[in-house]
Amino acid sequence: MAILDNDGNRILAKYYDKNVFPTSKEQKTFEKNLFSKTHRANAEIIMLDGLTCVYRSSVDLFFYVMGSSHENELILMSVLNCLYDSVTSILRRNVEKRTVLDSLDIVMLAMDEICDGGIILDADATSVVQRVALRTDDIPLGEQTVAQVLQSAKEQLKWSLLK
Amino acid sequence: MITFKRDKKEEEDGGGNPFQNLEKTTVLQEARTFNNTPVNPRKCAHILTKILYLLNQGEQLGTTEATEAFFAMTKLFQSRDVILRRLVYLGIKELSSLAEDVIIVTSSLTKDMTGKEDLYRAAAIRALCTITDSSMLAAIERYMKQAIIDRSPAVSSAALVSSLHLTSVSSDVARRWANEAQEALNCDNVMVQYHALGVLYQARKADKHAVIKLVAKLMRTSPKSPYAACMLIRMAYKLLDEVDEGEELIGFIESCLRHKSEMVVYEAAHALVNLGRSGAREIGPAISVLQLFCGSPKPALRFAAVRTLNKVAMSHPAAVTACNLDLENLITDSNRSIATLAITTLLKTGAESSVDRLMKQIATFVSEISDEFKVVVVQAIRALCQKFPRKHAVLMNFLSAMLRDEGGLEYKAAIADTIIAVMEGNAEAKEAGLAHLCEFIEDCEHISLAVRILHLLGQEGPTSKQPSRYIRFIYNRVILESASVRAAAVTALARFAAACPPLLPNVLVLLSRCQLDSDDEVRDRAAYYCTILQQQNDPTILPLIQPPLLSIPTLGRALKNYMETPMEDSFDISQIPPAQTVEEPAQVEVHTTIKQPRLTREESFIEKLSQIPQLAKIIQDTSLLKSTPVFELTESETEYNVKCIKHTFPEYLILQFDCVNTLSDQLLEDVVVAVEPPESYSIVCVVPCPRLSYNEPGTTYTVLKYPKDLEASLVTIPTTLRFMARDCDPTTGIPDAEQGYHDEYMLEDLEITIADQIRGVGNRGMDFNTVWDTYAAKGYAKLGETFSLGESVTSLEGAIQSLTEFLGLEAVERSNKVQSGAAAHILLLSGVFRGGKEILARARLALSGTQVTMQLSVLCQDREVVDLIVSSVG
Repeated sequence: MAILDNDGNRILAKYYDKNVFPTSKEQKTFEKNLFSKTHRANAEIIMLDGLTCVYRSSVDLFFYVMGSSHENELILMSVLNCLYDSVTSILRRNVEKRTVLDSLDIVMLAMDEICDGGIILDADATSVVQRVALRTDDIPLGEQTVAQVLQSAKEQLKWSLLK
Repeated sequence: MITFKRDKKEEEDGGGNPFQNLEKTTVLQEARTFNNTPVNPRKCAHILTKILYLLNQGEQLGTTEATEAFFAMTKLFQSRDVILRRLVYLGIKELSSLAEDVIIVTSSLTKDMTGKEDLYRAAAIRALCTITDSSMLAAIERYMKQAIIDRSPAVSSAALVSSLHLTSVSSDVARRWANEAQEALNCDNVMVQYHALGVLYQARKADKHAVIKLVAKLMRTSPKSPYAACMLIRMAYKLLDEVDEGEELIGFIESCLRHKSEMVVYEAAHALVNLGRSGAREIGPAISVLQLFCGSPKPALRFAAVRTLNKVAMSHPAAVTACNLDLENLITDSNRSIATLAITTLLKTGAESSVDRLMKQIATFVSEISDEFKVVVVQAIRALCQKFPRKHAVLMNFLSAMLRDEGGLEYKAAIADTIIAVMEGNAEAKEAGLAHLCEFIEDCEHISLAVRILHLLGQEGPTSKQPSRYIRFIYNRVILESASVRAAAVTALARFAAACPPLLPNVLVLLSRCQLDSDDEVRDRAAYYCTILQQQNDPTILPLIQPPLLSIPTLGRALKNYMETPMEDSFDISQIPPAQTVEEPAQVEVHTTIKQPRLTREESFIEKLSQIPQLAKIIQDTSLLKSTPVFELTESETEYNVKCIKHTFPEYLILQFDCVNTLSDQLLEDVVVAVEPPESYSIVCVVPCPRLSYNEPGTTYTVLKYPKDLEASLVTIPTTLRFMARDCDPTTGIPDAEQGYHDEYMLEDLEITIADQIRGVGNRGMDFNTVWDTYAAKGYAKLGETFSLGESVTSLEGAIQSLTEFLGLEAVERSNKVQSGAAAHILLLSGVFRGGKEILARARLALSGTQVTMQLSVLCQDREVVDLIVSSVG
């Protein structure tokens, strides 16, 4: 599972099988390679280095889920959708590099909730968000009301002051 | 103000990445803040995120660094902040493999895991299990069992998944917790169901019957979770692979085709299609589902469907034909992977008429697809060439265009392989293929490929219509390429000279130039060939241009033996029959069951035989002519299993019996296979197997001496297994104290055939007709007779196969390939009889209706051998 930015650099990535790409150098080469194959055509699925990769992009981010070539493509797709949807709702629909980095901690927790050591833990975005969204009032699942936006803006302000 | 400006600039540069310029050491410094009381959750969460980010970027922490950070982190358990706590769990998981003494947090985690806060519990369980080792397992077992049957699905899932991971620590975890998992299986939550199924499967994996029972039970209720259903299908599929019956399982998979989740439907279709034994009836419904998927708006679904169809097209092209229309639509798909797969599938199933159009289509985007897919395309073309030999011109042109494109070694090798295969299968394509390959090596950066093609040119070029045109290509290599390519080119040149006398003077000039080469190997080869070619008058010298592959150990032995003789005759390798020195690995490998990386099959046997003292005496100054393929003397499911391999030496026949005792309550001692040969044979020695315990293979040998009279060597020998049986404890294998009893077991008859005594020697780089004439002129014995072959043989191919199998000879000059539709064929065979007698045979085959008639002529220096062969065929 990986999230890359629009230059093909890694934002977050997690590999669960030690036999595929054992070192981080190999991982990064693979990511670069994957990125160069996928950043232009928006084709959702590709085979690379014996792996089936499904992907999806949003503004300046690319979400990838990789699996062995024998894996059911649709299962991979469901994981990707879950990853994307949970990140979307965590970031309140502003899926950009900036916002991901701002709430990196929560995104990390979400990835941890989706997949544990290579086994799908949960593929339902709502329940993933529920499990990581500790500030429950903070992350609405539907459209936000004006009040909520204001509230969160205040929260943000407080945050930056605290820093 | 300045800082503000810089911040702004950084923001523009780095897209505002607050983590961009992190340094490992600074972050670890900051981690000291963790020690402050009271804990500041926001600040600490931020720092912890930084650490995690660094780890994620592939930063390596040393053991001390990791341990320090880890211990600082444990202080954060004081805080009640939820995010912080969760991040701590993440940190524990990340650092658990790096830091020391991670066990220290066990108690904190156990507390969290049994606490009230649901949000902590699931994550705490997972963190705990990553730091658990087998010694601590017992301590947490009780909590884990509780957690598995917990009401909260998150906790239950976490516990189940963790127990799956723990199986790598201690393998029987899954079995011990199976009861709880069974209970969890009935849970309403879909994910819990899936994970519970995973644990149950892990627990019963080793026991096939338990798995069958599990699947059978779940089949009736059909799990709600699509993941669990997929998993169940996979389990059923695996079972179907292993057991023979399973109508129910197939029925279940078929019913999954109507599941409401696409994921399950696809998994079921995939399983049905890949099932080795399913016929057209079984895959019919699966194909129609895949056909529906082809029209789906989702690329992943289309991709999955086409990929599966592509695979089926190999085994059941007829079934896929129904989808041709849908596949046609996918050719223009925006996802190149899908389009490629669609085209290659069509190529496999399509009619001859559509080939041109499809090739044109694929040519438009072949440069855009990845190497892996290009290989798929090349393989499809290869299959196509075999199917429609008449289209070879179009396909060849396409392949050569692909050869000119950029691509990796694997891809290029696949193309070259295909071209070579097409040339072999189709004589018309040979000239064009050679021309394409010549062009390719003009600009080929892969040395191994260039060497291979040069070798092929040397072999095929001389027999083409215009051998001279290839000389230029080959000599260009000598001028331009690296040493190994130059050496290969020199060899190829020499072959041309040997095979085409008109070219000889020209090639000699070229070769003499090569003698000035800077590389030793190239110079050596050039000098060697020059010398041989200059004594051009003797046709038997030709094989030396392409020296047979000598097996080094055998050659060494032959030379050693020669040293012990008075050395009155010179050791001339061409006079020594190849049987005693030559071993051609490529030819022998065909029958090989055990692959030896370096040694040929015969060599490895010799090695094994010479380790047995009784046998070593017999074989030390002779060499092994042939080892036959394994021949079973028992059915595979009987109490004792005996297999036989016959090793033929010039004078002796060593029978190697590999025995296996499949009774767990018996120990066999002094095992011998008693053979009762007719009088003509004499038994030289018997090597018994002292001890044969349950399921451990043992070997016994019997050495026979061949009779003088060749006719008498073809016999059928009754065999019996004799042994001393002792009862023993099935679990420990320790025999009971009492004395054993003698027993015997009837085995099937052993046949010694003519093929055992002959080794086929294919393609030795000689012109068959020339050698034939030379030998005939030398006064070798020759005999010809006409046979009409029996009813079991109804085609020329069948006749060739049964003849080569029966005689043990090998076809030369690729004469075992029959032009399709031909009514007559000439088969050229060559081989060596034991004792180093060369045999040549020419069989003219004619087909009328389904009756094959054969006119066989055999040539050998020994009259008796010729008689034997001819009479045994009749």
